[in-house]
Amino acid sequence: MIPIVVAADVRKTFGSVQALDGVSIEIPAGQVLCIVGPSGSGKSTLLRCINQLERIDSGAIWVDGELIGYRRVGNKLYELTDSEIARQRLASGMVFQRFNLFQHMTALENIIEGPVTVQRRRRNEVVDEAMALLERVGLEAKRDAYPSELSGGQQQRVAIARALAMKPKLMLFDEPTSALDPELVGEVLAVMRDLASSGMTMIVVTHELGFAREVANEVVFMDRGAIVERGSPQEVLVHPQQQRTRDFIAAVLA
Amino acid sequence: MSSAAAQSATGTSTEAQRFDPSIAHLTHVPRRHYGRWIASLLILIAFIYVAKAFAEGQIDWKVVGQFFTAQSILDGLVNTIIMTFCAMALGIALGVLFAIMVMSPNPVLKGVAVFYIWFFRGTPLLLQLLIWFNLALVFPRVGIPGLFEARMVDVMTPFVATLLGLGINQGAYTAEVVRSGILSVDAGQTEAAKSIGMTRLTTLRRIILPQAMRVIIPPVGNEVISMVKLTSIASVIGYAEVLRNAQTIYYANARVIELLIVAAAWYLMIVTVLSVGQHFLERYFAKGQSRRRARPAARPATES
Repeated sequence: MIPIVVAADVRKTFGSVQALDGVSIEIPAGQVLCIVGPSGSGKSTLLRCINQLERIDSGAIWVDGELIGYRRVGNKLYELTDSEIARQRLASGMVFQRFNLFQHMTALENIIEGPVTVQRRRRNEVVDEAMALLERVGLEAKRDAYPSELSGGQQQRVAIARALAMKPKLMLFDEPTSALDPELVGEVLAVMRDLASSGMTMIVVTHELGFAREVANEVVFMDRGAIVERGSPQEVLVHPQQQRTRDFIAAVLA
Repeated sequence: MSSAAAQSATGTSTEAQRFDPSIAHLTHVPRRHYGRWIASLLILIAFIYVAKAFAEGQIDWKVVGQFFTAQSILDGLVNTIIMTFCAMALGIALGVLFAIMVMSPNPVLKGVAVFYIWFFRGTPLLLQLLIWFNLALVFPRVGIPGLFEARMVDVMTPFVATLLGLGINQGAYTAEVVRSGILSVDAGQTEAAKSIGMTRLTTLRRIILPQAMRVIIPPVGNEVISMVKLTSIASVIGYAEVLRNAQTIYYANARVIELLIVAAAWYLMIVTVLSVGQHFLERYFAKGQSRRRARPAARPATES
């Protein structure tokens, strides 16, 4: 299969903290990949580098066959402009831990904002698509609600619809259920499950090991900025080979 | 502790006395605020004294009434309002521009903006006004070579000098207000905007500034009120606003206090009207904060 994301020896430091310490990975299209690991292991940073919310210090990342953030001329990589990076970001949709819905816009306005403002598509047709997306996440009745009028779970479902409205090639989820009250986690996971079964490529940073075991094609365990172990959910989560993975899973399940 | 103290003071010490339910029907008497009565009285006396001084002083109230709606005063009033509006518009436009520049990752833009704010906040407004008005001493001619050219003294009229002086000075202050407004918007909003492919400027225009508004509007309303009164400073370079025209009249008829009272009354009137407007504006944006504002149930999402 053609990889949709390729990372080669990606390094990133924040001050003195080595967030990514030479990460290389290929992610095939159509897969659901879950990244697990302790906090500070670099899993969110990897996701944010794929979407260029962080700039990498060295290495290279390709998304959908295109080198991101840089243009190669001879033996050098030249940084791209703001608008070129904005265009490259359209390949992936991002769902944040804190939802980050636009607070001054209703659910529907949040969803149509990207297609109308960025992709310059006709409003009428975008509204129809957005309503279909709201229906898909079970919130068509909330089209005119502002984010502050929605529960966390509802906000996250709108955020997923907002990302899908851009018709991305892959979806990135950065701990999508970590900020939710326990009783609201299920509704968001249900939407993600539905999305996975529709064949969407998904990279999910999560602490929901149950979800990873059930939905993921592959699981990656990261620790201290590096990939420790990668394999099927069964291999990584049930029969981990590395001691660090075993310790982590024992700690999470305890 | 206090009940024990009360007991020893009154000399009654039975348990029944301490929790006596029969006092429940007694009338509650609010605390007496004697200090307020005394203060009010003193203020009233002072006020009467000042009022008496004005009533008995060399003030001809007929003159005040006569000049209150004099053509020259009304013209000055119109000029004051026009200048307030124009200078504030220029100030807000520059304020937004320089706030964005100060927060820009581009060190050149940032440096220019920091210098602008430093310079125009750091020198007196009156001095800036005089510099603009006397700019012909530095640049005798102004224009683009070959296209148009003019003598600076013709271009730099009192109106232009006042507009530039007040507007550019205001911009330096408004930039700080706008900056704090932008900072008040959660960083996650910017990340979400980036993730749907927005560029920096689109993010500012569509996502950040609309949300910054509720922090920006109240202090800017305050600055509009300040600006009404600041326009009076333009009287020194001959801009014909209310105070200047009042002065022109009293230079001729020597009714100094009468005409200053006329000007003061007009300023108070404009500011009162604006204060009421500001109150409603703030209430509107405070409502936006909780996002529970009433709106039509099924609004067609075709307008933005």
